[in-house]
Amino acid sequence: MNPKDLKYSKDHEWIKLQSDNSALIGITEFATDSLGDVVFIELPDVGSKIKQFEKIGEIESVKAVSDIYTPISGEIIEQNTELIDNPELINNSPFEDGWMFKVKNIDSNELTNLMDADEYDKLIED
Amino acid sequence: MNIEINNIDRKLLMDRSSPGRIGATLPPLDVPKQKLPPNNYLRDNIDLPELSESELVRYFSKLSQFNFSIDHNFYPLGSCTMKYNPKINDEIASMKGLSNLHPLQDESTIQGALKLMFELQESLCEITGMDNISLAPMAGADGELAGMLMTKAYHLSNKNPQRKKILIPDSAHGTNPASAAMAGFEVITLPSDPKGNADIEALKSSVDETLAGLMITLPSTLGLFDTNILDVCKIVHNAGGIVYGDGANLNSLLGRVKLGELGFDIIHSNLHKTFTQPHGGGGPGAGPVIIKKFLSDYLPSPIVKYNQKTNYYSLYSPINTIGKMGAFHGNFGALVRAYSYIKTLGGSGINQISQNAVINANYIRTQLKDYFTLPFDRTCMHEVVLSAKDYKQKYNISALDIAKRLIDYGIHPPTMYFPLIIDEALLIEPTETESKDTLDYFIEVMKTISKEAKDNPELLHNAPHNTPNTRVDEALAARNPNLRWTSSNI
Repeated sequence: MNPKDLKYSKDHEWIKLQSDNSALIGITEFATDSLGDVVFIELPDVGSKIKQFEKIGEIESVKAVSDIYTPISGEIIEQNTELIDNPELINNSPFEDGWMFKVKNIDSNELTNLMDADEYDKLIED
Repeated sequence: MNIEINNIDRKLLMDRSSPGRIGATLPPLDVPKQKLPPNNYLRDNIDLPELSESELVRYFSKLSQFNFSIDHNFYPLGSCTMKYNPKINDEIASMKGLSNLHPLQDESTIQGALKLMFELQESLCEITGMDNISLAPMAGADGELAGMLMTKAYHLSNKNPQRKKILIPDSAHGTNPASAAMAGFEVITLPSDPKGNADIEALKSSVDETLAGLMITLPSTLGLFDTNILDVCKIVHNAGGIVYGDGANLNSLLGRVKLGELGFDIIHSNLHKTFTQPHGGGGPGAGPVIIKKFLSDYLPSPIVKYNQKTNYYSLYSPINTIGKMGAFHGNFGALVRAYSYIKTLGGSGINQISQNAVINANYIRTQLKDYFTLPFDRTCMHEVVLSAKDYKQKYNISALDIAKRLIDYGIHPPTMYFPLIIDEALLIEPTETESKDTLDYFIEVMKTISKEAKDNPELLHNAPHNTPNTRVDEALAARNPNLRWTSSNI
C-alpha cells in the first residue's frame, strides 16, 4: 500500500523526489488512518528554511492536534493551498492530491536517514 | 435519554419569532420623554426574536431537558472527575453573607469570607503536604501557568536565565506543555517506559544546566501511580530544577499520599474536580497553586493572612509576586464549595474518597479486562485506560463508535483518544461517588456493546439512536462551522 518510489520517516511523513532536485512532502495513509478526519492544517510559509526532522507545522483532526515534522532539510517553495479549503484531500489521497509542501535545495545525503517502502511497511506493522 | 422531540422543538429561537409578539406589556410612560442619542450611535437592524413569555419558557425548558449532567446519569469522563456534587455546597455558597459580597468591600466588613479563604488555604496545605498557597488561579490551567511563571521568576532571581527547559512526560495533560510554553519555556517531551512510568534513563539524559523543571501528573493520565516518582524528583532536584505536580488526579491520593513529602515543589489542585464544584463545558473552576516555602515570595496575589493578636484577617501581596491571575480574589464561589466539601467530610471522609475512587476504577478494570485491551495490566488508581484497537482491526469499530453507543444506554461517553499514546483509548473514571449497582450496570452495558460490535457493527456506526440528534458529522462541523443564526430572508 505504501508506494515504492517514496521515502518515509518514522514520524509517518513521505517524500517524493522531483526531477529538478526539489521534493514533495506529505503524510502517509497510516498517519491519516490514525488521525481520522483532518479538519485543519497549518504549514510553514513559502521561503522558510527547514531542517530535517524539525517540527514545521500542525495538523488537526477530529481526534487530536498533531505536529508535522519535515523528513528533509531545504527551503519551502510551494504549499498545497488546496488543503486549506479541502483538508479532506489528505484523508482521501494522502500520497497524491494530499501532498503538503514542496522543498528545494535538498541534500540527498539526508535520504539515507529515511526508510524505503519495505522498511516502512515493517515499522507500521509492529 | 429517550426525549420526545418534534419539528417545532427543533426550531431555533429566531425561527419561532412572530412580528409584533411581545412577552411583556409596558405601563404607560409616566416620566418625561428623553431625547435619544444621535442616530450614529443607534441601529435599527438588530434581529431580536419576538415571542411570548410562555414560548420563551418552553423553548429553554426543552433545551434544558436535552442536557446531560451528573445529576441525571453516570458520567465516567476520564481525567475530568465528574463526581456527584453535594447540594449542601450550593446551599452554603448561596448564603447571602457569601453570595452578596462585593469584591471592593472593605476588609473589615468581609472577615467571615476571608476567614473561610484562610482556613481553606490551611486545609489544602495540610492535605497536600505543602507550605504555602494562593487561591487566586481561576482554573487548573491557570494554576499551571501561575506555577510556571513562579518557576521562571525563581530561576531569574537566582541569576539562572539559561534555565529554559521544561520536561513533560508524554502521558501529561495537554494543558501542561501549553502552560509551560505560555510562560516562555521550551518544552521537551519525556517518553514513558513500558510499564507506563516516566522513563528514568531518558530523564537522566535530558537534565542539564538548562533545566528549569519538570511537570508531571501523579497519578498520570494513564491512571497509574508512577512508581519511579521518588527517583524522578531526586534527579530533577539534583540538576537544579523545580518539580511541578499537576494535581488534577488528587482524588486518588487524598488522605494517603502527600505530594509535598514525595518531593514536589509546586502543585495545583483542581478544586472543581477534587473538592466538588459543578463543572464541565469549561467552567467554573478554581486552581490554587500550592508550594514549598522557598517559593513563597513569588505566589500570585492576593493571599489571606491572619493576625492572631488582633483576630483579624487581611489580604496581602508577596514581595516578588508574579502578579494577579485575574480580577480580585479568584473564583470565590468555587472556593466556598471546596471549603464546604472539606468541612463536611472531615479527615476520615477525605480518606474514604481516595479509597472509593481507586477501588471503583479497579473493579471496572478487572471486570472488563477480558473484553477490552488493557494497555497496562497493573493496578490502576482512580481511572483506567482501555483500548478498542482489537475492535478497530477486526470489526472496524472505533473507540468513538463505542462511546456513541454508550449514550443510548444513558451513560456519558468516557474520554476518547486520550492519552494520545494509547491507540483507540477509552479513559474511564467512575469516580468515588458511584455505587456498585451503577458500576455493575456500566460493566454490563460495556459487555453488551462488545457483543454488538461483533454481531451488529452498523448499530454502533450509527449510534446514538435514542437522542434528539443522532450521529453528527464532526468532520463537516469542524471544517465548515456554522456558528451563527442567519435569516433565511437575507
